[in-house]
Amino acid sequence: MPVTEPSLVELRQVSLAYGSGASRMLALEDATLSIAKGEFIAVVGPSGCGKSTLMKLVTGLLPPTGGEVRVHGQVVKGPIRGVGMAFQAPTLMPWRSTLDNILLPLEVVEPHKRRFRAHKAEYVARVEALLASVGLGGFGAKYPWQLSGGMQQRSSLCRALVHEPEILMLDEPFGALDAFTREELWSVMQKLWMERRFTAVLVTHDLREAVYLADTVYVMSRRPGKIVKIRKIELPRPRTLETTFQVEFVDIVHELRERIHMEHA
Amino acid sequence: MSETQKRLLLVAMPWLAMTGLLLLWEVACIVFDVPEILAPRPTRIIETMIQRWDILLRFCLETLWTTIIGFALAIGFGLLLGLAIGASPFVYSGLYPLLIAFNAIPKVAIVPILMIWVGVGALPAVITAFVISFFPIVVNVATGLATIEPEMRDVMRSLGASQWEILTKVGVPRAMPYLFASLKVAVTLAFIGSVLSETVGGNRGIGFLMLSAGARNDAPTTFAGLFSIAIMGIALYALCALVERRMTRWAFRAEIVG
Repeated sequence: MPVTEPSLVELRQVSLAYGSGASRMLALEDATLSIAKGEFIAVVGPSGCGKSTLMKLVTGLLPPTGGEVRVHGQVVKGPIRGVGMAFQAPTLMPWRSTLDNILLPLEVVEPHKRRFRAHKAEYVARVEALLASVGLGGFGAKYPWQLSGGMQQRSSLCRALVHEPEILMLDEPFGALDAFTREELWSVMQKLWMERRFTAVLVTHDLREAVYLADTVYVMSRRPGKIVKIRKIELPRPRTLETTFQVEFVDIVHELRERIHMEHA
Repeated sequence: MSETQKRLLLVAMPWLAMTGLLLLWEVACIVFDVPEILAPRPTRIIETMIQRWDILLRFCLETLWTTIIGFALAIGFGLLLGLAIGASPFVYSGLYPLLIAFNAIPKVAIVPILMIWVGVGALPAVITAFVISFFPIVVNVATGLATIEPEMRDVMRSLGASQWEILTKVGVPRAMPYLFASLKVAVTLAFIGSVLSETVGGNRGIGFLMLSAGARNDAPTTFAGLFSIAIMGIALYALCALVERRMTRWAFRAEIVG
């Protein structure tokens, strides 16, 4: 297990408050966690517990009001580079074709940015290979709004991964999809992760999704969010839909659910 | 009614409505015996338009030019100002109240001032067309920029994109449909501006022609001028709508999918 590997992301007693004075609201309190390189973690908790806040802190999109966030041992002061993000909404640009949408990170992130014009054909081939690996081969020329919700979300994952980021941030990326599509994308996600071994942070409220995909699940309390439970998932990979019906899997889900119910009591 | 008939009727409707309105006007003039000096019959107006087409055309072209130049200036200036206001909260909070105040001033009030500054001729008409039509462009472009989804911004920022890259790769394309939508409004406003200026004080353009015809109690020519303005207005509106469809096909998605 990745426990022995040095941690890539470290949060030490991180807290975050929005607003100031009387309207000050503590969203996250005393979060301490460390993510090893290549680890897949999931953060679950009741809605409004600051899960998304945690994600923004790790990527440096929000500065913490207390404690510190370190990536590669360096304190994070602004948006860190080499991060891929996917959200509940696919956030694709309707004026770009699917292919051009996925090329976007390569136009922005160094060193690809510098090489982009001269090596465009190579990058286009890379995107097409990536599209094929998520089951979207040949759809590059379509516009996002010509694709179904599931296909748009696959494209969004491609965009998050195309520049081979070290860290992938997933903020309920399957939340808006129907159950069948969602479960299918779990396996797509797992396949991509097993091939590339990026470090992934998945924020979700779907416990089965968390157990299916993650090495470690962090359970957060109600607002202000605190980490109340850390659960290692040692089920063998690749996990399949069959796995989700096995006793070990179901037991873990129950265990997590009980912990979250305590928050609602 | 079959599908073809429905589609034909849809195309014919604007013409039918217009004919109906003119017919009503014609009948009302005859029934109530309206003197020509108050409101000439539409047939009389169209007759005048055909008889005096050369004069009308000459004055129309003058107005058309001033309108187009003023409108072009408004696009350039409106786009730049809109981008600045939409991209920077400081520019926004600084300039927005000023813009609102400026827009609230009746433009007819500034024409005499313009005359003092630049004299009569084409220039005051160009300037009036410009100042009256840039406001909707600025507001729309700024709105397009300001409503970028926060997630889109997060995606760009986490990729390490600069503010400039966010503006050019997300902001500008996203503001385009807003820009083109505003052009349709702005072009008709530009017409109002140039005709206004010609009517308040000028020696050229269709507004001037109408004013002098009115002074001679030549109601048919005045109304013929009115009709000409309406025709030019529709033509430029249609042109803007066409450009809009061409440039931002993605904003009219249903049509290409179908």
